[in-house]
Amino acid sequence: MPFVRWLRRNLVVIAGLVTLGYLLLPNVIVTVFSFNKPKGRFNYEWQEFSLDAWTNPCGVADMCGSLSLSLQIALWATIGATVLGTMIAFALVRYRFRARGAVNSLIFLPMAMPEVVMAASLLTLFLNMGAQLGFWTILIAHIMFCLSFVVTAVKARVMSMDPRLEQAAQDLYAGPVQTFVRVTLPIAAPGIAAGALLAFALSFDDFIITNFNAGSTVTFPMFVWGSAQRGTPVQINVIGTAMFIVAVLLVLAAMLVGKRKNKAV
Amino acid sequence: MTTVTDTPAAPPAPPAAKTARPPRKRGRLVPYWLLLPGLLWLVVFFALPMVYQASTSIQTGSLEDGFKVTWHFATYWDALGDYWPQFLRSVLYAGAATILCLALGYPLAYLIAFRAGRWRNVVLILVIAPFFTSFLIRTLAWKTILSDSGPVVSTLNSLHILDVTSWIGMTDGNRVLATPLAVICGLTYNFLPFMILPLYTSLERIDGRLHEAAGDLYATPATTFRKVTFPLSMPGVVSGTLLTFIPAAGDYVNADLLGSTDTRMVGNVIQTQFLRILDYPTAAALSFILMAAILIMVTVYIRRSGTEDLV
Repeated sequence: MPFVRWLRRNLVVIAGLVTLGYLLLPNVIVTVFSFNKPKGRFNYEWQEFSLDAWTNPCGVADMCGSLSLSLQIALWATIGATVLGTMIAFALVRYRFRARGAVNSLIFLPMAMPEVVMAASLLTLFLNMGAQLGFWTILIAHIMFCLSFVVTAVKARVMSMDPRLEQAAQDLYAGPVQTFVRVTLPIAAPGIAAGALLAFALSFDDFIITNFNAGSTVTFPMFVWGSAQRGTPVQINVIGTAMFIVAVLLVLAAMLVGKRKNKAV
Repeated sequence: MTTVTDTPAAPPAPPAAKTARPPRKRGRLVPYWLLLPGLLWLVVFFALPMVYQASTSIQTGSLEDGFKVTWHFATYWDALGDYWPQFLRSVLYAGAATILCLALGYPLAYLIAFRAGRWRNVVLILVIAPFFTSFLIRTLAWKTILSDSGPVVSTLNSLHILDVTSWIGMTDGNRVLATPLAVICGLTYNFLPFMILPLYTSLERIDGRLHEAAGDLYATPATTFRKVTFPLSMPGVVSGTLLTFIPAAGDYVNADLLGSTDTRMVGNVIQTQFLRILDYPTAAALSFILMAAILIMVTVYIRRSGTEDLV
């Protein structure tokens, strides 16, 4: 039976594509239902095709406000975590010093901790300090949990870097600052960019830690969470679809730029 | 970076003499200055909160009169006594989701690493891109997919699969939503990329010639997989299972959106205690038990699988 033989040989491919379908199915649903015109408050059942939500994406009270708040927080959290994380990564890869092991575990622990535990303990701290929950507490929390991921991403890149390149720069009489800006930073840049992108995505999408430490401030994930109880506007699907498209376009653009650079060299 | 002022008159210390030791002698304090701000952040907003939470968990009192440290360790026993079903459920659901992730994720990771060819980057993007659509929106989409009148439920029903799952208590009659199966499905879905990416990284590192060598030595594809590929992908399997199990055990979003009151996990209890009931000591004790349980399980697991260089 040639078909059975074909099936056996391509079993891995078929199983892999099934998983890929499982991963993408919700995105397809989100996209399709962004063109829906729901009857009630909830957008779970298909009624009829409509472009209303796409022509009026901010037509829901408070949604776009929460979206812009999330973008702001993600932006600042990315900047904070990337700067702090890059510094730590360089220290860990480039220098031998005491307590390296302890530092490594302090970096690793936040990634190995369930989010609820971190969220709850941070809330305990803020309550004890009498801090006003809101924008700043969210930002503090986001920088905290993004930091480790940035360190890991940058570390991976810096570790694979040839230290002789910097020595060569110094042989050519480049000062430490010049060496760093002209040689080290450009080589580490893809790692830093990957860390920053990851931090942005994590911060923008975080719900659990934000939910604990936001007080009455509403970020976009919290808006979606609330809407699951009160009624989900179609515009949420529009935003979800747009985010997916923007992400794919960004990755494609990054790949094209990378390809052109490789050709130029 | 600038602890030494470099005047143009003084050429840099001759590097040739010390090429064997890249960390240069000058500026011994540089690493500490680099570490200081980030570590301070982690100590103040990650480590210190844990201490505060430890002290909260042994306090008694009420919201009106204030809480005081009374070394009341009984909170831990009471919390365990009251909420052991939720703990058990967290471990079971997260365990089931992890196994499903491994079973579903391995073929896809294998496909990307060895069979995708020039489609590799496209498939990788398709794995990562859903990440950027808010995970809450995607989880809500499962409500549509698994809805009672939807095609998934009717298909499973006509294949009599729901009879079997209902019999073992995973579903409830003709429903999938608001049952354990829905929660596990959501957990599997949400943490699948965390399994696929480490698996892919470790599979990709395997030298393709090893497969040829195994074939030359008359190993069947199945034997090659069992004796060569799988053992070499162990680092990916270990970090993938940890990356899916730990967040899944603490998650409360899937249990809340896709489950019912009968599928509540520990995360749901901690969230309710902290944000609605405001019983801080119990909530703190619960999250410490969760943390300890996970730490113990992770340590045992890493010891047994023999991969200690995870970071």
